[in-house]
Amino acid sequence: MGYMLEIKNLHASVDGKAILKGIDLTIGPGEVHAIMGPNGSGKSTLAYVLTGREGYEVTEGQVLYQGRDLLAMSPEERAGEGVFLAFQYPVEIPGVPNTTFLKEALNAQRKHRGETPLDAMEFIKLIRRTIKDLGISDELLKRPVNVGFSGGEKKRNEILQMAILKPTLAVLDETDSGLDIDALKTVADGVNALRTPERSILVITHYQRLLDYIVPDRVHVLAQGRIARSGGKELALELERTGYAAFADAAA
Amino acid sequence: MAVSIDTVRQVKEVTEQTYKYGFVTDIEADTAPKGLSEDIVRFISAKKEEPEWLLDWRLKAYRHWLNMPEPAWANVTFPPIDYQDAYYYSAPKSSDGPKSLDEVDPELLRTYEKLGIPLREQEALAGVAVDAIFDSVSVATTFKGKLEKQGVIFCSMSEAIREHPELVRKYLGSVVPARDNKHACLNSAVFTDGSFVYLPKGVRCPMELSTYFRINAANTGQFERTLIIADAGSYVSYLEGCTAPMRDEVQLHAAVVELIALDDAEIKYSTVQNWYPGDKDGKGGIYNFVTKRGACRGRNSKISWTQVETGSAITWKYPSCILQGDNSVGEFYSVAITNNMQQADTGTKMIHIGKNTRSRIVSKGISAGRAQQTYRGLVRISAKAENARNHTQCDSLLIGDRCSAHTVPYIESKNRSAIVEHEATTSKISEDQLFYCRQRGLSQEDAVALVVNGFCREVLQQLPMEFAVEAQKLVGISLEGSVG
Repeated sequence: MGYMLEIKNLHASVDGKAILKGIDLTIGPGEVHAIMGPNGSGKSTLAYVLTGREGYEVTEGQVLYQGRDLLAMSPEERAGEGVFLAFQYPVEIPGVPNTTFLKEALNAQRKHRGETPLDAMEFIKLIRRTIKDLGISDELLKRPVNVGFSGGEKKRNEILQMAILKPTLAVLDETDSGLDIDALKTVADGVNALRTPERSILVITHYQRLLDYIVPDRVHVLAQGRIARSGGKELALELERTGYAAFADAAA
Repeated sequence: MAVSIDTVRQVKEVTEQTYKYGFVTDIEADTAPKGLSEDIVRFISAKKEEPEWLLDWRLKAYRHWLNMPEPAWANVTFPPIDYQDAYYYSAPKSSDGPKSLDEVDPELLRTYEKLGIPLREQEALAGVAVDAIFDSVSVATTFKGKLEKQGVIFCSMSEAIREHPELVRKYLGSVVPARDNKHACLNSAVFTDGSFVYLPKGVRCPMELSTYFRINAANTGQFERTLIIADAGSYVSYLEGCTAPMRDEVQLHAAVVELIALDDAEIKYSTVQNWYPGDKDGKGGIYNFVTKRGACRGRNSKISWTQVETGSAITWKYPSCILQGDNSVGEFYSVAITNNMQQADTGTKMIHIGKNTRSRIVSKGISAGRAQQTYRGLVRISAKAENARNHTQCDSLLIGDRCSAHTVPYIESKNRSAIVEHEATTSKISEDQLFYCRQRGLSQEDAVALVVNGFCREVLQQLPMEFAVEAQKLVGISLEGSVG
């Protein structure tokens, strides 16, 4: 089987300003890759380009997802094809119960794949099983999407969505930010439970801490819009000691 | 969305042709000529074989109407209405209307499809010219029997005038006087039909008066008159309108609805209004100028208005409550959606007269396209209304940058013990929300529908269950094409 994701010489800009300046990255099925880097290096931009957010303009390069042109698809097509983004700042949707949102999302994706929608009973069964594993309360399901959630609850809710939607390629954008150590472990457990030989995960993070719990196959350092260095999981530990200063200098 | 311009034009051609045959005053004829005069008022009353007092009432209204100014304070603009350019009794039916669904505007059918309207109802709503599409008479009879057992009177206004003149005479115009405003005054002079409901003491209406109505609503007139009386200790939930867009050719709709709740009685009145809103450029569409008012006459009585307004080119509507009885409660839950060139000036009046009266207002306005929307509300606490309470929550949601939303709350309190609260917010549907939904697999349009439904949830929850589901879909349909 080929690659899950192939990023070739990807350039992207926001408001006319070049942010990504030639990224090359390949991720195989079942692999977990981490992208680390200083603030402003383009980590979140990469996440948004992969998921098709408006305003993130690809100026050069190519992205293949399971061999197909990812950039030609609309955001919802990408989602339906199994691309998931755990948001750094999950968005509040007042008045829409969390379960309703999840059900709508799941059934939209099932429809995209030509599957029949789950009815209310089937869906409740599915969600009951899943929240148990993630330590999420029933009450959180009834509340409107992310409204009044604590930072930890929001991030756990992202992982819940991921567990329900079962993506093929998951991008986690700073999922560790703002989490205490217990919440971090819960979130990591949730992610690890989803590690399978068919599913690939791209973990974007500023700190090495998360990678103690979600152990990556590969680590890449993003600096100044390019992959400055790649290595095994030990690269993360090295960065923890030395910081990103070396990369800022190298790219300057 | 609903009626195609072609249909409107065709019908106009047909009706204008009819005019060529000249002025007809023959009482045997089914059609009154175009225009408005005392003769026409007499014609209508005679056609309906009405008692003398009602003809007098109509004529007084008509004479007063002649010199009455149009309400000019609403935040809407439209050219002056030519009252002589309309039919006031049995406008000629468009006999060359569609013969089957194959001839109906496909756009309209797509909307029915999305709403999940059964095929037979689709035919009725689209005005397919087949009489026996489905047996509404037998359906009606079944319901009627059930209601009669409980002593509930539910019939057309014409029938009520014939069969229950004492009730009609006692209550008609007692909440909305003929001279209340120009539109209500016109309605008083020329109303042709509508619905009448009477609940005897202590009866809880065994069904929502909705399914029945939906089937029969297809041919309700332009000047509807509805009167609902809930005697002591009774309860009724009444749903007017239907979620499917209706094919209708007349432009001005001036309805009057009067509700009366006696001691411990409760009336829940829900409206889903989806008349033709005109096209994207504001051509055509219905003027919906409606006067709706309820009187909580008895102690501990309650009147609750719920409205979902997505249609009409212009909406002018303020369902209100007069809280006369001590401890009575008035509620107003509203969702108003305006898209493209639609204009709406809508809200409520809560008039507190009795002691310990309470009112609650929840208004959700959504504006998209180049639409203009105003919430206008009055909360009046009279000097005798000890311990009156009101809470108003008024939220506006804007989609795009060419629409507008206005909030005009009037609060008058003449009693120191009253507590009146007003909260208002204005927000925009955010790019973040839409992208979040799309990243999870929802289309742009479904994302808009979901976010807006969330915004309206508090109000939609007030609707009877089966209509809430349709209303949710309707919210999405009304806003199609508003983003991106």
